[in-house]
Amino acid sequence: MTFRSLAIALLLVAGAAQAADAPSVKASDGWLRVLPGSLPAGGYVSFENLSDRAVSIVGASSPDYAEAMVHRSSTDGGMGRMEMVDSVPLPPKGKLAFSPGGYHVMLMDAKHPVKPGDKIVVTFKLSDGENLPVTLLARPANATGATD
Amino acid sequence: MKPSFSRRVLWALLILIALVGVSACQRQPQPEWRLTDVSGHLPDLDFRLTDDNGKAVTGADFKGKVTLMYFGYTHCPDVCPLTLTQLHVVLDRLGPPADNVRILFVSVDPKRDTPEIMHAYVNAFDKRAVGLVGSDADVEALAKRYRSAFTREPDRGNGAYDVSHSSAIYFFDAEGKARLLATPSASQDDMVHDLHLLTSLGAQP
Repeated sequence: MTFRSLAIALLLVAGAAQAADAPSVKASDGWLRVLPGSLPAGGYVSFENLSDRAVSIVGASSPDYAEAMVHRSSTDGGMGRMEMVDSVPLPPKGKLAFSPGGYHVMLMDAKHPVKPGDKIVVTFKLSDGENLPVTLLARPANATGATD
Repeated sequence: MKPSFSRRVLWALLILIALVGVSACQRQPQPEWRLTDVSGHLPDLDFRLTDDNGKAVTGADFKGKVTLMYFGYTHCPDVCPLTLTQLHVVLDRLGPPADNVRILFVSVDPKRDTPEIMHAYVNAFDKRAVGLVGSDADVEALAKRYRSAFTREPDRGNGAYDVSHSSAIYFFDAEGKARLLATPSASQDDMVHDLHLLTSLGAQP
């Protein structure tokens, strides 16, 4: 094997390894709003689809909560309402933020008390079969974002 | 001749009335509100409910305070906290006049929202917030009075349910008169601006 073909082979292997390891979606600025007692909490994350194909968020779970559901709030026509969402599309190379008043992950029945400053992991299930674990920072009830 | 004379008198009278009307308006300059002015279009603050300390309260108990009334419920993890947080930020920005402002958070979920839960909830957002609960009939009557609406959505199968509700914030002056209406998407600058005006109105009886 010539040096050149060896180099090409190595590059191919490296490329394949990168394709398998690199997640298609990047998550950042995760936080959740802690409410008193056992009230459900809203979780927020910014997503970026790094791939050039459409990917959707199709589910969520957390080891710290009995249930995690993707919801969307709207205030259309002056009525505030929430709806469960089966799939949140992330366009190729596109960004989408779960943020207050829009998409959020509703975290119900905490398995242990969660207080501001704690870090909670929420794993988002993607349509390409990948699981995307995201760390969310617990913030006080009247926080305006991941940081003030 | 006769009809034309009386017509002239009529015109003069009409012009006089118009002028008097205009000058009357000019004598009472209205504040330049940025939010929606609802003065005279919605009834005064009036209710009989229980506050988050378990005490029976009426609208009259808030005389002397500018009040911001908002309908919601504690199991609402997104829009209600967003609105209450926004009001908290607005009151902090308002500064000392905010001492004369109270947020009235009225529960549209009397089944789950007890005064204790409401107490912990509203205080997690702002010390100037008061949680109000009442019977289904009392809360319905209050919502109807302000043409607000709420609907309990179907159970999700695990006993959990959501409540869709009007997202408007009602501003009352220190005399309990309905003055302004805001949506949760209203700019904080506009709310701070109008609250400065509203709290200074309250200072002059």
